[in-house]
Amino acid sequence: MQVTGSVRSIPGFSLLAILCLVILYAPLLVVMVYSFNDSLSITIWGGFSLRWYEQIFFGLEAEKFQKAAWNSITIAFMAAVIATTIAFSAAIGVVRTSPFKGKNLNISLLSLPIMVPEIVTAVATLIFFSMISFKLGYTSILVAHIVFCIPFAYLPISARMQSIEKVYEEAAMDLYANRKQIFRSILLPLMIPGIISGFLLAFIISLDDFIITSFVKGAGVETLPTAIFGSIKQGIKPDIMALSTLLLLVSTIFVTISYFLSRADLKNRLN
Amino acid sequence: MEPVYHQKRAFDPLRIWLLLPSWVVIGVFLLVPVGLMLLISFMTKEFRGGVIWEFSLAAYDQFLFDRGLFGDEPPTIQWTYIIIFLRSIVQAAIATTFCLIIGFPTAYFIATRDSQNRTFWIFLVTVPYWVNLLVRTVSLKFLIRDNGPINEFLLSSGLLSEPLGLINTNIAVQLGLFYSYLPFMVLPIYASVERFNFTYSEAAADLYADKWSTLRRIVLPNVAPGIAAGCILVFIPSLGAFIAPDLLGGAKNFMIGSLIEEQFKGNAGNWPFGAAASMILLTMVLIALMLYTRQQAKGEVR
Repeated sequence: MQVTGSVRSIPGFSLLAILCLVILYAPLLVVMVYSFNDSLSITIWGGFSLRWYEQIFFGLEAEKFQKAAWNSITIAFMAAVIATTIAFSAAIGVVRTSPFKGKNLNISLLSLPIMVPEIVTAVATLIFFSMISFKLGYTSILVAHIVFCIPFAYLPISARMQSIEKVYEEAAMDLYANRKQIFRSILLPLMIPGIISGFLLAFIISLDDFIITSFVKGAGVETLPTAIFGSIKQGIKPDIMALSTLLLLVSTIFVTISYFLSRADLKNRLN
Repeated sequence: MEPVYHQKRAFDPLRIWLLLPSWVVIGVFLLVPVGLMLLISFMTKEFRGGVIWEFSLAAYDQFLFDRGLFGDEPPTIQWTYIIIFLRSIVQAAIATTFCLIIGFPTAYFIATRDSQNRTFWIFLVTVPYWVNLLVRTVSLKFLIRDNGPINEFLLSSGLLSEPLGLINTNIAVQLGLFYSYLPFMVLPIYASVERFNFTYSEAAADLYADKWSTLRRIVLPNVAPGIAAGCILVFIPSLGAFIAPDLLGGAKNFMIGSLIEEQFKGNAGNWPFGAAASMILLTMVLIALMLYTRQQAKGEVR
């Protein structure tokens, strides 16, 4: 007998959910729209134009932005590759070995870079580099990025690793496969989706970082976020909105890829 | 042939080598630096940014006490920094509350859709999280500025006679923090509502419990761990946030993040003081995390 209706649908919750999406997307959509605005005033619509995009590619500051973009992308790529490798190796050590003392401590250590507030990591890393007299610049940014990318690569990798049952490798051992063969023919192929999403996460996280980068970058080296931050100190200009829109598209494409990868993977496993 | 029972697993002998890279990287480039930071917080400041290696409690003393311009007057409580810390806690708490008010219904709504719709909604909620935080905050600033689209609209439609004046206020900072970390609230609550077994609530409905009391007395206690996780995930980064307070708050609405940043920029900085403020922030975060894990552990025992 259904007197009161199911608790599954609560009146008003659907409206709040839609409101939530509006809040999340409204600022981004507005900036996207205005980045195509021809008018120099950034709030009055003056017709459709690509002039701000032209400006970031060919304008006065084009060189600065291109350099910053190059730094951002190369750092994100290298940091993500290295962090994913370290996380993958650690995930095998934690998940694919028999239970050991200190397992929880290891897991905590791997998530430590997420626990410590970014500003604290930034201060500590700056102090560290200046104490060992390491010149601040490209390399110091890369090192700092590798550290905070590790937990983001580790999460999807270890989740995937846990979902692979140990009977696979036991069966392989019964058939006298050696460790290298188990790794190459069983673990690695099964782990590919986890490794890809770990890499994508780490890549976006590195691309996203502002505060740690701004502490350890030294003078003269910029990444996209620090360059944008420098520019908006003098007010939000339309070219910054064009640049923001491009960054926004890059992130969205990455997330969409990872969404479809995991969905395809889920379907494969269900079949 | 006898079946082979594996006491050991294939990768057991390699365990140390597999874990070593993560120990080295996190140890050398995070644990050692935090240790150094603790050390620096007990050193004497050098005026052009940097430290003199002489033990001193000056950084912590400066945080709490005011001893006059020359340091020879009887100490009185120095409220400046305490207020900045308290303000940060309040701002983070308000942002967390708003995230909960919007995030819980959203997560609940998503978790009660069919599975196809669920993944799509979750996808929609996660996309903004992956957009650069700086870009998102700049977008928000653009939207709420005095001559931004919202105010233009309100003014031209005659609903308002002067702009809302949101920018550079506490409210703008709260809005910024709320906007930055809203997805963090939705995801863990979603996960716990999705796991919730709705037959319990149907049992309650059979016993003539109405919707609201079923929600409050059956569903809420079961999804409490998810709510706690969401709150901690929003509260902690809000506490040490730098971008939102800096871009939206202006000088009057200083939070811990900006206070710390100031100590390391240019020549006016005070490294030991910045290190001490960072240590205090880190301690607060660790205490919050400890309380959280203890609470979760208690929940599991029950």
